[in-house]
Parts: sequence; C-alpha cells; structure tokens
Amino acid sequence: MDDFHILLPTLVIFAPTFGAIILALMPRDNVEGLRYTALTITVVTFVLTLMLLGGFDFDDPKMQHEVVAAWIPNWNINYQLGIDGISLPLVLLTSFICLLAMLASWSVTKQVKGYLILFLLLETGMLGVFMATDFFLFYVFWEVMLLPMYFLIGIWGGPRKEYAAIKFFLYTLFGSVLMLIALLMIYYNGGQHFDLVGLAEQAQDPEGGLLVDLTMQKWAFWLLFIGFAIKIPSVPFHTWLPDAHVEAPTPISMILAGVLLKMGGYGILRIAFPLCPEAVGHASTILVAIGVISIIYGAFAAMAQTDFKRLVAYSSVSHMGYVVLGMGVVGVVGAAHGEGFIGSDYWAMGINGAMFQMLGHGVSSAGMFFMVGVVYDRVHHRNINEFGGLASRMPLYTGLAAGIFFAGLGLPGLCGFVGEVFVVLSAWQFSKLMAIIAASGVILTAGYILWTLQRVYLGAEYKGPHEEALTPIRPRELIVAGVLLAFAILLGIFPNTMFSIMDDSIQHLANGMAGKIGS
Amino acid sequence: MLANTSIPVFEQLFNELTKTLPGDVFAFLPELVLCGTVIALLLGRLLGTDRWIPGHWTALVGTLIAFGFSFNAALGGIELSSVEATAEISRSELFSGLLINDGMTIFFRLFLLLFLVLVIALTVLSGIPDNEDGPDFYTLLLGATIGMMLMVSANHLLILFLAVEMASVPSYVLVGFLKGRRASSEAALKYVVYGAGAAGVMLYGTSLVAGLLGTAEIDQIAGKLSELTLTGATLRTILLGVMMILVGLAFKLSLVPFHFWCPDAFEGAPAEVGGFLSVASKGAAFALLIRVAGQLAGPAAVPPEIPVPGLEGLAISLAIGLGLVGAASSTFGNLAAYSQTNIKRLLAYSTIAHAGYMLLGVSAMILARHAGDTDLARDCVSGVLFYLTVYLFMNLGAFAIVALVRNQIYSEEIADYKGLAKQAPLLCVAMAVCLFSLVGLPPLGGFVAKFFVLAPVWKAGDIHPAMWLLVGVALLNTVFSLFYYLRILVAMFIDDRPTGQPVAKPDSVDKLYVALVSIPILLLGASPLIGKLSQAAEDAARDLFL
Repeated sequence: MDDFHILLPTLVIFAPTFGAIILALMPRDNVEGLRYTALTITVVTFVLTLMLLGGFDFDDPKMQHEVVAAWIPNWNINYQLGIDGISLPLVLLTSFICLLAMLASWSVTKQVKGYLILFLLLETGMLGVFMATDFFLFYVFWEVMLLPMYFLIGIWGGPRKEYAAIKFFLYTLFGSVLMLIALLMIYYNGGQHFDLVGLAEQAQDPEGGLLVDLTMQKWAFWLLFIGFAIKIPSVPFHTWLPDAHVEAPTPISMILAGVLLKMGGYGILRIAFPLCPEAVGHASTILVAIGVISIIYGAFAAMAQTDFKRLVAYSSVSHMGYVVLGMGVVGVVGAAHGEGFIGSDYWAMGINGAMFQMLGHGVSSAGMFFMVGVVYDRVHHRNINEFGGLASRMPLYTGLAAGIFFAGLGLPGLCGFVGEVFVVLSAWQFSKLMAIIAASGVILTAGYILWTLQRVYLGAEYKGPHEEALTPIRPRELIVAGVLLAFAILLGIFPNTMFSIMDDSIQHLANGMAGKIGS
Repeated sequence: MLANTSIPVFEQLFNELTKTLPGDVFAFLPELVLCGTVIALLLGRLLGTDRWIPGHWTALVGTLIAFGFSFNAALGGIELSSVEATAEISRSELFSGLLINDGMTIFFRLFLLLFLVLVIALTVLSGIPDNEDGPDFYTLLLGATIGMMLMVSANHLLILFLAVEMASVPSYVLVGFLKGRRASSEAALKYVVYGAGAAGVMLYGTSLVAGLLGTAEIDQIAGKLSELTLTGATLRTILLGVMMILVGLAFKLSLVPFHFWCPDAFEGAPAEVGGFLSVASKGAAFALLIRVAGQLAGPAAVPPEIPVPGLEGLAISLAIGLGLVGAASSTFGNLAAYSQTNIKRLLAYSTIAHAGYMLLGVSAMILARHAGDTDLARDCVSGVLFYLTVYLFMNLGAFAIVALVRNQIYSEEIADYKGLAKQAPLLCVAMAVCLFSLVGLPPLGGFVAKFFVLAPVWKAGDIHPAMWLLVGVALLNTVFSLFYYLRILVAMFIDDRPTGQPVAKPDSVDKLYVALVSIPILLLGASPLIGKLSQAAEDAARDLFL
C-alpha cells in the first residue's frame, strides 16, 4: 500500500476538522462563502469515503486499511483505525447523510459560522467512531460527538431546546460512563490493551477467553449494552429521543436519526457482541424481547402523536427495534430446532438484517425528517391535524414525501423492506411468536404512516396558519429529497450492493461467536 | 553523654556540612532564588526602585530563573534515570534528611513554578494588584510558593508543619488582599481561624506520631511502624496521630468535612488568588499527602502473606477511610455547586469535588502499597500527578477567564454572563474547553486525567472491592457535575444578552493568554503529549517506592 492509502482513513476522519479550522479563520459575515466552504468539505469527505470503498476487498472479512500508531505507549493506547464490512457501509452512510444535511443547512440563518464549525466537528466524531479499532480511541470519538451535538440542539433548536439538549447530553453521558466501567473491566482482564481486534480474538478463543469469569462478563455485557441501547434508543432508554428530535433543527434531526442512532447498533456489533460472546448467549432472550417491545411500543406511540416530528421520532424507536431484534437473535440456541441447535447462519442473517435496517432507516428517517422540515420552514408549525391538502399546493414535494414515507413503512421495493424481512425471517427460526409480533409491527407502521399521509397531504384544503407560505419545493430541497428517494429505491431493489460488503465480516463475527456459545 | 561525645559530634557535623552542604544548597537553588526575589521586592519597596521596575517584573524574572534551575535539575534527573535506570541515584536527601530531592520533588517544583509564572502573567493582565500594592502582593505570592515547594520536598515531620504554615500564612493575607471589602476581610478571617485550628491539630498529630515511632523522618515511618506491636493503646495513639496529621492536610485540600472555609474564601478573594490557591495549594498538599500516606501502608519488605496484624488494619482502614472522604467530597462538592449563583463560589465547590476524585487515587495507592503491588501504587501516584497537571490548566483557565471577564462586565454572577459568547467568543470557547475538561469529557485533558486516576483505582478493586464502588460513585458524580458546569455555558452561549448590560471587549493580549492556557488542555487530551506527560509522571513516581 502506498502512503496515500495509509493516510486515507485519517484523512477521512480529520477532513471535516480541517474544514472547521478553515471556517474558524473566515470572516463571519460572509455567510454564503461559509456555507459553500462547508459544503465543499462535506463533498470532499464523501469522495474520500468513496475512495475507501474503492480500495476495499469485498472478500476479506478482516480489518482493512489498518492504521496503527502508538498514542499513549505506557498505557498501550494506540491510534488505531480500520474498516471492515460492518463499518464501511456506516462510514459511507455518515458522509452521505452529512453531505445532504449540509445541503439542508441553508435553512439555518442564525450564527451560521458557529453552526457550520460544530457540524463539521460532529462529522469527525461520527466517522471516528465507525473507524476506530482501539477501544479507548472509540470511546474518545464516541464522546467527541456529544459536545457539538449539545450545542447544535441547544443553540439552534426550538423553544424547549435547553431541556432537550441537556436531556440528550445526560442520557448519553450516563451511557458512556457505564461503557467506561466495562472498558476498565476489559482492559484489566484482557492483558492491558485496547486493541478491539485482538480483544475479540481473545474473547472468541475456544481455549481461553477475555472475561473468563461469567458473572464479570455478564456485567460487562449489560453495561455495554445499556450504554449502546441509550443511543439506539431502545425502550426503556428512549425518552431523550423525541425531545431531542422535536427541538433539533432539521439538518441535525437528519443526522441524529440517520447516523447517530446507528452508532448504538454499531457499538453492539463491534464491542459488546465480540467481546462478551458467552454473555450474549445468556442475554439473547431479553434482547429479543427488548427489540419486540421497542417495535410495538414505538409504533403505538407514533400513532398517538399530533406533532409531525415527534411522530417520525417515535417511528425511529420502532424501526430501531428491528435492529435490536435482529441482533438479539444471535446467541439463541435451540428453541425452534431442538436442544443444542446452533444456527450461526441464521445469526448472520439476523445481523445482516439489522445492519441493512440501520442503513435503510438511515436513508428513510433522514428523508422523513427532511420532509417535515420542508413544510415546517414554510408554515412554522408541525401539528398534523392542522395540515391537509398539501398535495394540491406542493405536488412535487408530496410525491417525493410519499415515496420516502413508503420507504419508512417498509414497502417492498424500497429500502425499509429488506431489513425487516431479514430480521423477521431469522427471528422465525428461533421464536415464531416473537417473529409474528414483530411482523405485526409492520401493520401498525403502515397504519400510522398512511394515516399521517392522509391527514397531511390529502384532504380538501390546508387548515393551518401561514397558508400563503406554502410555496412549491425549491431546487436545493428537491436535490436533497430526490437523492434520498433515489437511494431508498436503489437499496430496495439492489440490496446486494450492501450485503456484498457486509456479508463476509458478519459471517466471520457469527462464526466466532458460535464457537464460544456452542461450547 | 552529650558532653563526652560533643567533640566527635561536632567534628561529624562539621565534616557533613563541608561535604554535603554545597551540593545541598545547589539542589535547593530554586527556593533560594525565590527567597532572593522576595528580598529584592522588599528592598525595592524600601529604596523606592519599584517606581521604575514594577514589582511584577521582578517577580516574573525571579520566578523564571528559579524555573530555569528546576528545569535544569529535571533534565539532569532524566539523564540519570535513562542511563542508570536505578532509582537510588536520582533520590537524595538534603540537609541531613530534612528535605528530599527525588523525582516527585522535581516534578512538583516545575509544576509550582510554571503555575507561578502563569499566575503572575495573569495578574499583570488583570491589573490586580495595582502598581502601588504590587511588591506586597508578589512578596506574599512568592512566599506562599516557597512554602509549597518545601511541602513537596518535606521529609521530616517538623518541615511538614513549617512548610504548611509557611504556605498558609501568606495565603490568608492574599485572600484578604482587597482591602476595604467586607467580604474579603470576612473570607480571610474565616480562613485564618480554620487554618489555625487545623494547624494546631496537625502539630499535635505530628508530635504523637514522632513520639511513638521515635523518628520524625517521613521516609522512616514505614520501617518503624512495622517494628511496633500495633495493639491496644499504641494502635489507638498512632491512629489518632495519623488522623490528626491528615486533618491538617485535608484542610489544605478542602476535603469534606474540612471544606467550610473554601467557598467563602474563594468568593471573597480576587479570582486570581482563588486560582492560585485552588491549584498550587492543592498540588503541594497532595504531594505531601502522597509522601505521608505511602509510608503509612507499611514497608514494602513485608510480603502480603505475612501481614502484621495491626498494620494491616491500619492500612486498609486508612485506605477505605480516605476513599470514603474522597467520594463524600466529590458528591458533596457537586451537589452544593448546583445551587450557586456566584461563579467563584461555584468553582470553589468544583475544586472540592476534584480534590475528592484525586483522593481516590491516593487511597488506592495505600491499598496497592499494602498489598505489595508497587507497580499499581506507582500508577496511582502518576495518575494523580497527571490529573494535577491538567487541573492546573483547566482550573487556572476558568479562574483567569472569570478575572478577565470581571474586568469587562464588573460582575462575577452567572446571571450576568448571559449572551457573552456573542461579544467575546474566544473567551467563551476557552471557558467551554476548561469547563468540559473539568467535567471530564474527551477529547480534553480532564477526561484522560480522570481515566488515569480512576483506572488504577478500579484495579485496586481486586484488593478490596470497596474500590469498585468508589469508582462508580466518582463516575456518577461526573454525570451530575455536568449540570452545573453547563449552567455557565448555557448562560454564555444559549441565552441572549439583556440590553443595558456592559459590553465585553477583551484585549488581544487577554485572548492570547486565555488561548495559551486552554490549548494545553486540548493537547493533553488528544495528542501524543499525553504519553510524554504520563511517562514523566511515572518517572516522578518511581523513586517514591523503593
């Protein structure tokens, strides 16, 4: 590998930081100049991540593009990056959503310079989380994205921004603290290093083990899981999400739903599962239950909302429930196929489904939040009961919105469908009851989404205030919505584009865990 | 007896003096330079030369020379340790065992002098004291620092007491330096009364310990302890003596329940003095505490398999006791800070909480030392040293910004900070860096520091499970502390500036200073410098346990 390819992961992560420094040096009055500079940076970052994809070997389940440099040698902490089939799709999703969210950021008019700087720092944090393969570094990036997010909600948010921002901050910080305890356990039991790849190998070694004491391992697993579940967010740790979403400005909601929630799922796959395989075997029933409860609870809660954005927020809780369900299938032994049955292929299928659900949800939820933002920018309210008749006033927008909402609904041919099917199918192998309940969640989803479409877009006339402001969609908005819809369709029709990246790494993970849970 | 041997003793003394004195004085040069600076300041006052050479220049030059000497000594230490790699060589006793010159002395000397330079620079910028009061102020500041430098190198119970007093007395005056302000005088008086009480208790404690052990040299306490049969009255007496010494130190560290002076003193004192006391005085007291507490765990030569019955109880109860005091301090500090409206008072409570976190490191050190795990004990100490270094920058930064903002808006109430970010963005961003670092969030130094302190404490949980609980309490405290630090930032960044409030227009020198203090926080949180400092802290801790 040449120098550029060794530098590439670092470049990807720090390109936005570099952009933030440039922005900091620019005069704050030149708003358009600042915006275009920031947009250029996100484009560059996206192109760089595409180059990562270009240099990626689809058949290698291990870490690629690895970078290892000593950072704090006397603690064995390394600056260590790497990409495998699990992280690459999420890295692509991050830079893609950030690019679109930046395009959507033209609606932010207050203190633009500060906003853009924080936005770019946030992108650095998220990319870092997905690419770090040193636990300590992972933790640092995980927390790095907290600070910009707090201010992005707290300064540019809606009326209850302070409350929402601190709630988000506290929940996540609490989760991080739990993760930190698990980190200490793993550090001192795993030979005092933080290398996630090495730790996973240790943990899945049939002869040895990482956290040999099962009680300790269970503790570590649950601490990690709660830390990540807060981010996903799973019921009962989800209450920060509706507040944060409702108050956050549209582009930040897009990032929050599109990328941030995925960090929870990613953390489980990268850290909690590989490092505590035996504990997963003991926890899987509970995980499945948490997933199913999230699906149903989120769907019912969404149905009860009258605030458009809150509705979309609860739909995220419901959709991310499939992610937990798909992962929870891992480690279920026996059940439908009799004692001792280890179905690591089905586990891989569940993880594949969960991963695809994360990607699909990343596209569709970002799209839904953007669509809500488009009307909110015009009429400055989000009360579903005061909408109606938008189809006749904004026909093009309504068409795009319907497409994106159908993607969220999980209509076959769109991105939401594939993940849900994979998850439910793999769940069926282990518990028919859970699979049936989860599948019925799709009906509930269809219920609230169709009902919403009816109340907002259809109907005779618009009932709310600012009727005069309902102007047709602008070109910039059209680009964002169009691209999101295009990708929703693309992922729905060609799911294999993503599966081909993920499959080997996921199979590798499932096999590794099967070796430990089965024995 | 004395009369018969007086001539050999005299000869011996003479020989010792001529042989070791020059070397001892050379090692003591930084302190002597500061003494010289103090004399120069006072003479300048007497002769009137302070009209031409302002006091802060004299103080700054003197401190920089002292810093140069200590830096030179530190470089020498590094050379020695890398070539010989043995601890005995870089550790030496000065003045027939009254002082000790080892890695930790060198580390803390640099720490204190660097900090003194920064504080003097801050006072020049903020204009407290004015030219008229300058020499007095810097005399006191330097005098207190000399006391603290003696604290960090003390190896004798007598020096321990003298050094603590030498550091305290100028501090009392500094707190009341703003003459004619009621709050200031009240604060100083409170500080004096508490301080005098604590000093008395500590002096009594030293006399008990010295009397019982038959030695006053700190590095011999461990050995003498293991010779005693620690039962009954002996155990009670030694416990009482040790606790009394610790009370004196706890007062300096403002640990619960000896913290009552701290919020009042900080509120009444100028922010510059608050910053000075919160960092320098704590740092020195921690150095002393580490030296004393390290001895109380007993000698390393006793393997854990053959526990000395009384000693084991002493070490474990001491460790757990200190740990509980630490946990109580951080919990109480954080809870009390929540309701504060004055920013200096809030920061005072925050310093109480931070002393609590660091104390956990000391308590784990005692446990590790007791269990014979010297590596872990060193990790604990180096964690505390790292924490103190980061703490220097983040706390000084916060107090400096309070002082500089006070010069602009004439207020230290959080409510008056509203909307400052629009008028003084750099100052507010630096404040955010300092406060988030105090919370302990990556990528700032505060996180790494907290990690380095709490990780060994967690490890010490293998020795005694209470340590796990203490780490849990400390981490929960981190979450709680977010509330009140954020209140300041919410006022600065999110609220709008009410009309009619004074406009803040900081000078570019102010901005430069603030940037200078806050950039190290970033570097110590996200650069290879962490490794360097952590290594230095480990080197400093190496000589401590032989």
